[in-house]
Amino acid sequence: MDKKRLVMVRRDKLPMYLRILNPIIFLIVALAFSGIFIIMQGFNPVTVYIKMFGEAFGSASGLSASIVMGIPLMMCGLGVSIAFKMNLNNIGAEGQFAMGAMASTGFILFGPKLPGALQIPMMIIIATATGAAWALIAAIAKAYWNVNETIITLMMNYVALLLLNYLCYGPWKDGSGLNLPYTKKIPATAYMSNLGGTGISIGFIIAIVAAVIMYWFFNYTTAGFQISVIKNSMNAARYAGINVKKNIMTVLLLSGALSGMTGAIQVCGSIHRLQPTISNNAGFTAIVIAYLSKFNPLVVILVSIFFGGLAKGSFTVQTQGVPAQIATMIQGSILIFILVGEIFIKYRFARVGQHESINKAE
Amino acid sequence: MTIFIAILASTIIVATSILYATVGEIFAQLAGIMNLGLEGIMLMGAVTGYLGVMQTHSLGLALLYAIFTGVLMGVAYAFLTVTLQTDQVVSGLAMMTFGTGLSGFIGKPVVSVAANMAFGDIAIPGLSSIPVIGPILFDQNILVYIMYFIIPLSLYYIYRTRYGLLLRALGENPAALDAAGYNVYAMRYGYVIFGCTMTAIGGAFISLAYTNFWNEGMTGGKGWIAVALVIFASWNPLTAVWGALLFGGVSILGNYIQMIVPGVPSQIIGMLPYVLTILVLILSTGSFRKKHIDVPASICIPYDRENR
Repeated sequence: MDKKRLVMVRRDKLPMYLRILNPIIFLIVALAFSGIFIIMQGFNPVTVYIKMFGEAFGSASGLSASIVMGIPLMMCGLGVSIAFKMNLNNIGAEGQFAMGAMASTGFILFGPKLPGALQIPMMIIIATATGAAWALIAAIAKAYWNVNETIITLMMNYVALLLLNYLCYGPWKDGSGLNLPYTKKIPATAYMSNLGGTGISIGFIIAIVAAVIMYWFFNYTTAGFQISVIKNSMNAARYAGINVKKNIMTVLLLSGALSGMTGAIQVCGSIHRLQPTISNNAGFTAIVIAYLSKFNPLVVILVSIFFGGLAKGSFTVQTQGVPAQIATMIQGSILIFILVGEIFIKYRFARVGQHESINKAE
Repeated sequence: MTIFIAILASTIIVATSILYATVGEIFAQLAGIMNLGLEGIMLMGAVTGYLGVMQTHSLGLALLYAIFTGVLMGVAYAFLTVTLQTDQVVSGLAMMTFGTGLSGFIGKPVVSVAANMAFGDIAIPGLSSIPVIGPILFDQNILVYIMYFIIPLSLYYIYRTRYGLLLRALGENPAALDAAGYNVYAMRYGYVIFGCTMTAIGGAFISLAYTNFWNEGMTGGKGWIAVALVIFASWNPLTAVWGALLFGGVSILGNYIQMIVPGVPSQIIGMLPYVLTILVLILSTGSFRKKHIDVPASICIPYDRENR
């Protein structure tokens, strides 16, 4: 008797329906998996999900709120994607975001007075530069001394968040009013205007423009092509005469710059002051978003809106006693199950006999 | 003098919490599997340990809760990286996100609820009365004493036994082991599960023997520092001890700086361990160093028989 065994066979081509169906199926599996823990906490996952997604996407105002929550995710997601595109694990978006927020708020509150029209552009420039500067240490260490950038960028997060805490509880605290860890509000002239009639700030437009530029850069320019060569093989890139050091520096600084810019957009666009929760985990969520989007900038925008909705929904169910951490848990399980699902994209499973060749089984 | 002893005794506590995760990860990485999700697994160990003590009022059972969590997460991570051969960086970050989220979710009801139970110090008769060294080393909790045994045992295992040789081969050249008739997949499963279990115990150590409370994200990057220590230590558990002690010392010293110089804000002092980690990582692994670091050759490369 020929014993049959289960083998993984690499797919030659992928049917279109699978490419679309696969992520949807595993998204549902991830939600079902998270549902187990929701039940364990004594809630009904079906009602929780209906409430969450209904609130986030069921109405125009809900969708608008989801987009608002998605804007920082988009910007950080784009920033993170740039680095991941080159296999550089910049997981420091959270800190770069916070630094951008601190620098731009500090400038507008305590810096030289600027005419109203210049305030927002200046804040954005300052935040962008600060974000890049915050990535500089990791960039130099990686490019010149080949030190693991993952851990350095992460450690820089803790330093930035502690500094943010210090400023909000200490010297920058708004002495008047409720004794809360906030700075004063920024002047109304530095508020970003909203898109006609909605609650969505023009930060959304900035994110979309950034995504389109990035898409063009990676698909239609030589510099963008060089990055994908370096991703595939650093040695091949060196032999081809690509300056790897310079590219590492550029990519990590750009990545930090985009996350830093998020800080000013969030301050001008929605929070209007500095507070310890300004970044609200966006820099970490951005990592999940970048992977789920396969670093495609246009997909980053869509996934960010979905995750923004998840966050919005989690705040809604929080009022019924469901911990808001439900959002992070779902994000993590989505990433895990999408990874599992990718196996079915790359491979198919076939039963073959012991002595049969795999090719015959096709 | 008493302050000096107190600082060093607390240094050992902090160092131990990181060492559980570090030693576990050393084994996993030697086997060729990198796990960046330690922070999430540590948080899960911390929260399940804490929930365990709340439910069972038994520290032993609470520790079993954490161990069980570690095993489960280890099986999950091994399934992803060994069986499905997913990218280890992404999978690790996924475990981190999931662990952080899930621990915050299931731990919400016990945030700042006192358990009134913790691993207490046990003075070892005789040894603990040695001046200076006694109260520092031999008036600790049981999990610290266990670590005293884990370090020499793991050194012996890695460098002196046949299994240790096989383990190092597993991370260098799994194909050769496979050809020699060893089950590469099963061995990697074993070491990944061991690594995750140790990490979860490290987390439970924090909530049950160090801070004695649970709060969201309470490990504060200790899982990541463990990852950094593995690289710093060049996969040697003994070198990891020095790194962990240095790190623990700086974390604890920070608290005392505030007692001596009251003006320094706690947040600025809190930055010290992270800044130190960055410095140590650059100084110990930067390519300007003459000493070559032996990275396990097949780390992060999934083993696939078809592509042998």
